Parts: sequence; structure tokens; C-alpha cells
Amino acid sequence: MWEIKIYNMELLGAIITLMGSLVLLIAAIGLIRMPDIYNRLQVGTKATTLGTIMSLFGLLLIMPDWSGKFILLILFIMMTNPVSSHVVARAAYFIKIPFTSRTVVNKLKPDGNVINVSVENQKEVITESLKH
Amino acid sequence: MVNTILTIALVLIMLSMVIALIRFILGPSSLDRVVAFDIMTIASIAMIAVLSNLAGRIIYLDIAIVYGLLSFLAVIIIAKYLEKSL
Repeated sequence: MWEIKIYNMELLGAIITLMGSLVLLIAAIGLIRMPDIYNRLQVGTKATTLGTIMSLFGLLLIMPDWSGKFILLILFIMMTNPVSSHVVARAAYFIKIPFTSRTVVNKLKPDGNVINVSVENQKEVITESLKH
Repeated sequence: MVNTILTIALVLIMLSMVIALIRFILGPSSLDRVVAFDIMTIASIAMIAVLSNLAGRIIYLDIAIVYGLLSFLAVIIIAKYLEKSL
């Protein structure tokens, strides 16, 4: 009974690792398809963080003796990955890399939140852009 | 069974690194290359962890930790340099 339980735990960990690597593959495909550096950062932070944490958690379920180093790696990735993404996005904004043409909201612009649009149809444009 | 699934996961992670390498080659600005580099290093952390589990050696995880630390510092230093605030 105990043997079967251990085996199922290893199989569950392997499947979680496979799902994490699928998330990493989807992140890389999104890196090709996104039109803008800001959208690429969006893919490159969230999806890769999820994929790496899922892979490491699955490996933790396979090898429970090594769980200290896996937990250290997971905490390290959870702390450092948003910081590096934020620094890259800030640098990309302040050296004026242009937005894509579908960009609607720019909250760092001092005179208004919404760019490329006249004032009276802001709401329609934002709701339309959320549909795409 | 477990080793087969882990090998498939290893192949998928290496494929994602190759696709990120395409963006690294044709990225229009240098920050696009930084983002592609970041994705490649994070995928390689997962790859080193899977390899350590396939080889049965815990010492590879230390390499993964040091690799993540160095890639984090490299991304921050390159971004601050391009922002001209270093």
C-alpha cells in the first residue's frame, strides 16, 4: 500500500513538471508573437514564473529529500523575477521605445491617462480594445 | 515512466529556449534581447533542475541557484546601463 502511494506521488510530480514545461513553451511562443516590448515583458515575467515554479514543485514531489534547495529556488525566483521585469520596463519607457499602435492607456503621461483617442469616446475604445 | 515524462519535459524546455533564441536574434531593440535572455536563463534554471533529478545529483541545484543570481544581476545592470542611470 505504501509503495503504491509513493509511486503515485512520483507520477503526480512528473505530470506537474510536464505541465510547467508546457507553460514555458507557451511563454516562448508568446515572446515571438507579441507586437511590443511591453507585451513581451508581460509574457516573459508571468508565464515563465508560473512555469518554473510548477516545474520545481513537481521535482520537489519526486525527490522529497531535496526539498530545502527546491524551496530556496522557488523563493528566489518569486523574489527576483518581478524586480528584473520592472527594471526592464522602466528602462524601456524612459529611453522612449515606442508603443504599438493598439495601445490605449498610458498612466505615466502627465496630462491624461488615455492616448491616441479623443476625450468623448475613450470608454468605447477601451472596451473595444479589451475585446481583442 | 517517470524518467520518460521528465525527458519529454526536458525536450519541451529546450524547445522553448530555441524559440526564445529566435527572438534574441531578430529583436529590434537591445531591451528585447534582454527580455529574451531573461526567458532563456529562467528556462535553463528549470532545465538544470530536471537534469539534476535525472542524474541523481543534488550538487547541480547549487549551480542553478548561482546561475539565477548571476542572470538577475546581469539583467538589472544592463537595464540600468541602457537607462543611463548607472
